[in-house]
Formats: sequence, structure tokens, C-alpha cells
Amino acid sequence: MEQSLTGLGNLIYEQITNHEFPWIHMQSRSTDNIMYDPEERQYVLGPRMIRRHSRNIRHIRPFTQLVWTAWFAKELVMHRKTSTLREVYYSARGHRDIEYNNQQESDNIITDMEVALNRAREDFHIFPEERSAIFGDLTIEYTVPGYEGRRTNLTDHPDGVMIGPAVTSSEFVETSADKVLVVEKGAMFTRLVEERAHDKFNAILIHTAGQSPRATRGIINRLNQDYDLPVYIFTDGDPWGIHIAMVIISGSANAAHLRGLTTPDAEWIGVWGTDIIDYKLPTEPLTEFDHKRLRELKNDPRYTGDIWQRELDVFLKLEQKAELEAFSRYGLTYIVDEYLPAKLGS
Amino acid sequence: MSQTEYQSISPADFFYRNREIAGFSNPSRATYTAVRELVENSMDACEAQRVPPEVYLRITEVDDHRDTETKIYKLRIEDNGTGVPSEHIPQTFCQVFYGSKYILKQARGTFGLGGTMAVLYGQITTHKPVQVISSTGGEIHEFTMMIDIQNNRASILKHIIRQNPSGWRGTALELQMEGDYSRIMYRLIEYLKQTAMVNPYADLTYVDPRGRLYKFERGTEKLPPLPQSVKPHPHGVDVETFRRLIAATKTRNMKGFMMEHFQGVGPTTAEKFLDLADVSTKANPKTLSPEDIVKAVRATREYTGFKRPDASCLSPIGEELLETGIKKELNLTEEDYIKVVTRKPSTYLGFPFVVEAAVATGRTVRKTHGAGMTIYRFANRIPLLFDESSGVVWKAANKNINWKTYNVESDTSLVIAVHICSTKIPYKSVGKEYMADQPEVEKEVTNAIREAARGVRRYFNRRFRIAREHRRLNIFGKFLPVIAEFSSKLAEQEIPDIEPLLAVVSTDIPEVEKKLKEVPEIVEDTSK
Repeated sequence: MEQSLTGLGNLIYEQITNHEFPWIHMQSRSTDNIMYDPEERQYVLGPRMIRRHSRNIRHIRPFTQLVWTAWFAKELVMHRKTSTLREVYYSARGHRDIEYNNQQESDNIITDMEVALNRAREDFHIFPEERSAIFGDLTIEYTVPGYEGRRTNLTDHPDGVMIGPAVTSSEFVETSADKVLVVEKGAMFTRLVEERAHDKFNAILIHTAGQSPRATRGIINRLNQDYDLPVYIFTDGDPWGIHIAMVIISGSANAAHLRGLTTPDAEWIGVWGTDIIDYKLPTEPLTEFDHKRLRELKNDPRYTGDIWQRELDVFLKLEQKAELEAFSRYGLTYIVDEYLPAKLGS
Repeated sequence: MSQTEYQSISPADFFYRNREIAGFSNPSRATYTAVRELVENSMDACEAQRVPPEVYLRITEVDDHRDTETKIYKLRIEDNGTGVPSEHIPQTFCQVFYGSKYILKQARGTFGLGGTMAVLYGQITTHKPVQVISSTGGEIHEFTMMIDIQNNRASILKHIIRQNPSGWRGTALELQMEGDYSRIMYRLIEYLKQTAMVNPYADLTYVDPRGRLYKFERGTEKLPPLPQSVKPHPHGVDVETFRRLIAATKTRNMKGFMMEHFQGVGPTTAEKFLDLADVSTKANPKTLSPEDIVKAVRATREYTGFKRPDASCLSPIGEELLETGIKKELNLTEEDYIKVVTRKPSTYLGFPFVVEAAVATGRTVRKTHGAGMTIYRFANRIPLLFDESSGVVWKAANKNINWKTYNVESDTSLVIAVHICSTKIPYKSVGKEYMADQPEVEKEVTNAIREAARGVRRYFNRRFRIAREHRRLNIFGKFLPVIAEFSSKLAEQEIPDIEPLLAVVSTDIPEVEKKLKEVPEIVEDTSK
């Protein structure tokens, strides 16, 4: 990691000593260069390259910010510290001539750096604010400073363990689980832990807290790839829940430049539109916004599979949606006792 | 029982009783007006002689132990003009309405009143005689005179004739008057400065009552062309003028009369005009009935076939000279911009006139004039200092022009100078302080300012571009060092020299850019 950052520094340094205005090549992140790759089953960047050139009056500021950010990342890596997107933004503030107008600008430069160096920001020790958590029989060994070699089992804490830099950078030692169960809401996660769903289904439980952060998607991918664990995703029965599942499976356009964040074999197991009928779930009518989103998803290249198209059509036909909590009408434990066994069995 | 008494008064007596209408309303204003009238006469005399004017003015306080603001001053003015022939000296300076300017050509003075009014005012406030020394190149004549006010003529107290071995030519005048310098000091100096502005070929020297010397040096020896005397234009004639011309004419018929006494009238125009006026071409002018005279004068307003009035009687300053004058007196530098426009001649009520306008802006203008618009007004090369907002120039600049169109904001420092020259300036009063808004004059003034303002717009656009270019250079100067610093930290090297790069952007040579080699993208092992 240090090498790639030093490499960037060397390149620019040499350009300057050769009396050239420094510039770098990188893949374009503009929407017309983001395409869906059916083979990779995720969005990827197309072949178009852009030059970020310090000779260009519009480029020189972001170019300077990129160099500074690379230096900041190198400091993090060298000193084995981690930071957040927000911290990077504030570190740049008040720092000579590289000030950002808002955090969005700073986040953008960090994404540029990912594209230019072909690395995820987590590799540079830069993390988003974390809210997602993991629970289950998985033993990990920390690598973060001060915890090197220390092991913990993720069932040790009944609230689950937050997926932060320490978990993300840890080694997975062993697990007895044979599947991963992902839910989008903390309340459902807590319910699953309370009902000992991890024992019952022999599963590692993960909650994404809405749209899953990259680190969480990375963990899901590792569990799926390294331990061959099948992944099941359980979300609200509405276009937003569906898309949380899809991003875990096929990734987002924003991360088209990154690999290892998608789990194409993961399965979305509900709440389906057909579940609403089969389980006679209490529902709410679709809003106009839901409607629009469903239609968008129908035309999204990631949603070509039969099950996706079928369920999207059901929602549109029913004009209804249902949340995970809808199963509570049958009692608090119904979901663990009846619904999930049925779904996981099928 | 009282009896109404009837009596006639002389012109001198009339102005003695009504001196405020000629600008002598109070001691400070009188000081200003006297100086103005005398300076203008001197300038006219020099230009008639075709020599670059050298005018010397001195005002000294005469100690009369008075402890009021109103004091007695001795006023002395000298010029190197034509000089006044000795036989004309008494009338010229001591008789109201006597002068050399009752002809149709542009001159500063028009009424034959101002110079004598200064003498008259001096006499009635101090009861001291005026001293005039003049030579047209031969002997020098020295007169000491007073005005016989009731009879409007000079009473000569002393007349000395001297030899003139050095061939001096010019006029010197000295009088005493009651005045108030402290109140008018600023205006007086401003008047001289603005006079220098529109007479850039003149040397003005002024010693004020406190002994301070002001020198307004000429910026050029070039004089604008001398105006020619012309016949009246038919549009400008009235019944009285017409009648006088008839009385004086030697022509035998109306066709010849029209061709002889009016400008731009040939045989065809004369016939067509007389046809419209319903006056026979063969009629003898001397026997024309009063009704026919009125008919003919009325027809001059209706007939549209006359040529435009001849402008050779006018003497605009010219773009080059006006620019010289304004630059010199406002100390404009390379950092300022000035655009001067001399319009083509135009006419109002049969009188030809030419409008010249200058618009200046820039750093010096901002320093000396502050934000906003400053207007300088001139009529026949005379600065107008009073009643600005009543005049036509103020109206044109403030009401008729949308300055936003010219990239001028309300806080932009702008100097607008407008010079109108005409055989008859449309003054609103005998005091000659502001010009009336005759529609044709207003239109020309507006167009002249607009034309000059277009130059200002180009200047501003250019300046915006330059400012943008500066910002561009600053951006490189700001970011390149940061790039150098942090890339060297990344590479763990010494900070590289960025001067060569900064040199490239500051010279902005496109070829250098072509020399930039293609640099490979960062190739680094990306496997996990």
C-alpha cells in the first residue's frame, strides 16, 4: 500500500524535475463510462481514460487535493492509524491552499484516488462512519495496533460487534456457521440474536443499517468466498429493501472501479411480494415515489433475473408493500420459528 | 400729488443696476466672474493671433484695514494676444456692448459685456480707475480710464504712449475690486484647471492673494483651426435680422438677395424657397412689404431644402488635443483609460454645433475623483462650474444612458467631459453657467457620451480578461508549490524546483505545452 502511494509521489516528482506539468491517467468515472458487466455480475468502469493535468486551470486544484490526500493516506498507513471520510475532510480544512468547500468534494477526491491507484479507500485506512454489526460463531484475530494477535469470538457480545476498521482488517480464524443471514434493520438483528437464530440456523448474522457500507459488503464477500458460506438477505418488502439486497449482490455504480465488494451468489429471500399474499401480511400502499423507483429497477440491468422481474411485477400489481416487522402480527417469534425455516429450506 | 418720471438709461447703467444677471451677484461670485471674463478675453485674443496663449493672472489683497471677509483686491491679467488697437481701447474696456464678437463665428465671449462688467464692478465697489496697456506690435498704449456709467462711455484719465523696442504684443489690464477670495478659492482654481484641460496649448500662470503660484503648463503647441466667419443660415434668421439685411443689401432682387446674404443658398434653392414663401424672385428687397418679410421669415422654418449649416465657423478642440488636455490636468497614466469623441457637426434652430465627449476611468481617476461619476462641462472652451444638475450634460449622462450596458456600475470611477461648441451656445442665462436641453443638442450630447462609453466598455472587458489571466497565474503560483511539497514527501525526496513550470505559465507559450511528453499511467501491482 505504501508502495502505490510512493509510486504516485515518484511519478509526480519526476515529472516536475523533468520540467513537466505533472499529470496522471485514470479511468473516467462519468456515468457514460460506467457499464454493467453481466459476466462479473457487477458494474464496471469502461475503457475511457481521463487525464488529470496540473497544466489545466480547472484540474490543478483537484490535482493538488489528490496529492495531498495521497500524502495524508500514506501518513495513516505508515503510522498504522485509521481515519474517517469526515476526518480527512477536516484535516484538509485550514491546510494551506487545499481547502474543500464541502465534504462531498473531499469524498470525491478520495474516490479519485481509489480509481487512480486501483485500491479501495479502506486499504488507505480511510473508513466511512460505521453503523452495521456482525454476530455469530466466527473467531477473528485482530491486526490493529495494540491488538495484534488477540482473538475474539463474535458471539461474545450480545449486541453484536460493530464492523469497523478493526473487524475489517482482522483475519478470520474459524467458524462453525454454515450460512450468513443479512438483515437491513437493527431491530430485526436484535430479535434474531434474542431468538438464537444463529444457533437455530447455524448462521452468522449481519445487519447493514440500511444500505450496506462497503466494509460490510467486503466482509460478506469474504465469508462467501473464503468459507464458501451461502448468503441470504432479508429486507423490507419495498423497492428500497430490494435494492439493499441488490447492492450486496451486484454492487453499486459508485463502486464500479472496485472489486471484491459484491457477492453475486447471495440470495434475496424476502420480504417478497408473493410473501404478502402467501402470509397475508399487513401492508401499506405504495407511494408515488415507490412506484417510480420500482419502474426504474425493472429497467436496471442488474434486475434481469426471473425472480427479480417477477417480484417487481407483484409489488406493482398489489400496489402494496410490507416491512420486516409485518410478521409480528403472528407473534414476536413467528419469523424465526416459521417464516425463516420455510424460506431457508426452500 | 406725485408725478411719474420717465427716463432712459444707458446699457452701462442698466447693468450697474442689475449686475447679478451678469454674474456679479455677491463679492465671491463677482471675483470668480471677473477673473473668468478677463481670462476668456485673453484666450480669444491669443487664438485670433494664432499664438499659443500665455496668460498671467495675479490677485493681490489691497490692505485697507478692513476686518471683514469682503476685501479689496487688485486684479492683474496679461496676455500675448493680438492686442487692441489704441483707438478701440477706451470703448472695448469701458463701454458695454462694444466688441469684436458680433459676427457669426465661435468665440468664448458673445455679448461684448463681460470684460467691461468686470471694470464696471471694480469701479462701483472701489471707485478706482482701470489701467489697460496694449500693443498690436507697434507703440505701447497705456490708458487709465473710468466708465461714465450714465453715458456708457469711457472717460480717459491718462493716455501714455511708449516705444516698443522688443516688439511686445498683447494686453495687460489691472483693476481693483471688492471681492471675497476665501469663499471662491476652490472654484477659481478649479476653473483655471478646467480651462487648461480644454485649452491644452495654453500656459496659465496664477499668483493668488496668499502668494501661492499655480502653473498650468501647456501640453502641446498645436492650436485647433481658427473658426471662419460665415453668413447666417436661413433657419436661424428672425424678422429683425432679415430687415437689417435688407436695409444693408446692395442686391436688386430677392433671388440675388437670398444667394448673397445666406449661406448655402444657390440659384435653385433661392427660387424654390421664394416660391414656397410666395415672394417674387424679381421683387426688389428694398420695397418688400412688412407682410412679405414676415412671410419669408416664416417660410425659412418650413422649407426643408436648405443645406445643413456650415460648420467652418466652429472650432472643436479635436480628439487629440482634448485627450492631451484631460490627461495633463487629471494626471492620467498608463493605468487609466480615456476615450475622446468629436461628433460630426449638427444644428439646432439653424445654429451649427459640434459635441465632443471624453470618458475616462482607471486607477488615477479612482484616487483623485473617488467612486461614481464626475462631470466636466465646457461650452466654446469655457468650463461651466455652477448648476451642474440643471444642464443638458447632466441630464444626458444621468437620465438618458443606461450605464450597465457599458459595464459601468454605480461605484465605478468615471470622468465624463463634454464640450459643446457653437456660434450660439444655448445658455439659459447671461451668467453662462449651464446649457439648456434643446432636443437636438441633448441627442448629440447623449450620442457622444455613448460613443465614448463604448470605448470604456472595451477597456473594461479587456481589464476583466487581464484580471482573469492574473488569477490564472496566481492559481498556478498557489497550487504548484503544494503539489511539489507533498509529492516530494510521498516520494521521500527533496522538494523539486518549480520555477521552470511557473516560467512557462507566466510567458504562456503554447509550444512548450506541445513538448510535454506523454507520461505513462501509474502502473502498480493491484492484486490483493
